Amino acid sequence: MTETIVIAEIAKGTIHATTSELVTAAQALGGSPIIIVPCTDASVADAAASIQGASKVIAAKSDVFNHYDAAGWASAIDAIAPAGTILTSATPQSKDLAARIAARRNISVVQDVVAIDGNQLTSPVYSGKAMQTVALSGPAVISVRANVFDAAPSGGSCDVAVVDTTGNMATAVQEFMARASQRLDVAEANIIISGGRGMGSPDNFVHLEAIADTIGAAVGASRAAVDTWEAIPHSMQVGQTGKTVNPNLYIAVGISGAIQHLAGMRSSKYIVAINKDADAPIFQHADYGIVATWEDALPVLQSTLAGMMA
Amino acid sequence: MVNIIVLVKQVPDTNAKIVVSGDRVDLSAVKKVMSPYDEFAVEAALQHREANGGEVTALTLGGAGADKVLKDAKAIGVDHIVRIDSDGDHDSNSLQTAIASVLSELGAEVVYCGKSAADTGAGSTGPGLAERMGWASVSNVISVAFDGGITVVAPSEGGDARISVPIPAVISCDKGNMKVRKPNVKGIMQAKKAKVEVKTVAIQPSSVAIVAHTMPPAKPAGKSYEGGAAAAEVARLLRDEANVI
Ligand SMILES: Cc1cc2nc3c(=O)[nH]c(=O)nc-3n(C[C@H](O)[C@H](O)[C@H](O)COP(=O)(O)OP(=O)(O)OC[C@H]3O[C@@H](n4cnc5c(N)ncnc54)[C@H](O)[C@@H]3O)c2cc1C
Repeated sequence: MTETIVIAEIAKGTIHATTSELVTAAQALGGSPIIIVPCTDASVADAAASIQGASKVIAAKSDVFNHYDAAGWASAIDAIAPAGTILTSATPQSKDLAARIAARRNISVVQDVVAIDGNQLTSPVYSGKAMQTVALSGPAVISVRANVFDAAPSGGSCDVAVVDTTGNMATAVQEFMARASQRLDVAEANIIISGGRGMGSPDNFVHLEAIADTIGAAVGASRAAVDTWEAIPHSMQVGQTGKTVNPNLYIAVGISGAIQHLAGMRSSKYIVAINKDADAPIFQHADYGIVATWEDALPVLQSTLAGMMA
Repeated sequence: MVNIIVLVKQVPDTNAKIVVSGDRVDLSAVKKVMSPYDEFAVEAALQHREANGGEVTALTLGGAGADKVLKDAKAIGVDHIVRIDSDGDHDSNSLQTAIASVLSELGAEVVYCGKSAADTGAGSTGPGLAERMGWASVSNVISVAFDGGITVVAPSEGGDARISVPIPAVISCDKGNMKVRKPNVKGIMQAKKAKVEVKTVAIQPSSVAIVAHTMPPAKPAGKSYEGGAAAAEVARLLRDEANVI
């Protein structure tokens, strides 16, 4: 049998919780995976050692992992990963890496996997309007969506091997421009509260921001909001021509639920919709729908959440 | 003078209803368009030509029906249009091997593509081609500038990074701050007359095969409430029932 290899997802210099989900996904393919942790400081990898179900952790240590370069990362990981099927998270960066590694090994890549059954993998296609199941007949690189597989429990203890590796960086970062706000980006957040045209004015987004800051959420927007208001940047846009998000909780406020918006958020685990129009299509996708104006609903939501977090 | 290639793909209109009949999607009645992100790639390619001189070739892979997307690119202003003739499904390995061989044949120096195609949503083609060509690549690019080389801006953890990209390279484009130009009458006339150069490439068999398409699982009906005061109850359920807060 060939190996299964999980590439740990790194966020803010530590191992992201989705790495445990990747271990569960890898087990669904068979066997206990090796976890490779791309790092500049091998101590980062220690946290992976407690994920139950992994056979071994490799701290792949290299200066290349200082900042992301697709060519550099793919070559540095390829150099130390054994042959077999490789799993990554389905974040934009890790999907890019997955495609690079697959091409480097002349094998195929299957992105955005949400179900695994033997050698069959299922991913959403046509922006989630259909599902596609494919069968593998050899090793592949697979990116796995977050919040779909259960996290493998912690409490294990496997060996961590530190392996130095190198890769060829092809690009150079000239400048890093930090986001003005401390708030998470929609692509990184596990809770998102988004506003649409129904917010009436970009100034009213402060009500969404207040809730976001209470519960540690990111603030997103519909395309209508981004296109209408200069103050709402495209980086906040969720949907077909914005970001595809997969949070635990997505709260849509004053958003009608057009097919192109749904394309970006319909696979969220829980969806809350606040809209004054009971017939808005977003309600068909909501786990909790509140027919009300945001003016009525948001203050109540804010104060209740603030009370719960206190 | 730069030899610029832009990859374009024909996909179902994003407004289209997708139906599954038997175990495959049935796209026969669906209107096809250029994948939305590819429009930004075409724009970036044209801006690159304007800044540094050179020629832009739009390249697609598909059957004869895909010529339309090439004509659309021609109408917007690309110089040449080329189709790799192929019907049917290919896995990323077979697809990229075929496209890479044509990129070499065309002498490509810079390749632009959309960050992902609206049908698969995968986003594998750009970085995969770059790896096969041994080139640099940056994905999810939100702005491009030309100063001899290429400088792009792409999201990076906690913000954006300005990145210098050596040529040759593949740049896959997000919407970002790009405003796409619309075809004018002259462009549309030229596109009508333009000839598509058709290439035949041997495409290796796939190791990933489509088994079935299915409709997404129906979501159980949610709970609905009237009036803003219900937000308190919903907040409580998010904590106690959904366990997401
Ligand atoms: C190729 C293409 C790509 C696209 N990509 C995207 C994309 O990436 N993302 C995206 O979002 N859209 C995208 N769209 C646009 C999409 O079709 C919709 O136009 C858009 O999503 C609508 O945004 P909205 O829901 O904010 O606005 P509207 O559709 O105008 O809805 C506003 C909603 O607010 C409600 N409302 C009004 N006042 C209040 C109030 N006081 N309190 C509560 N509710 C209120 C209304 O009942 C209504 O339902 C795309 C379209 C195309 C053609």
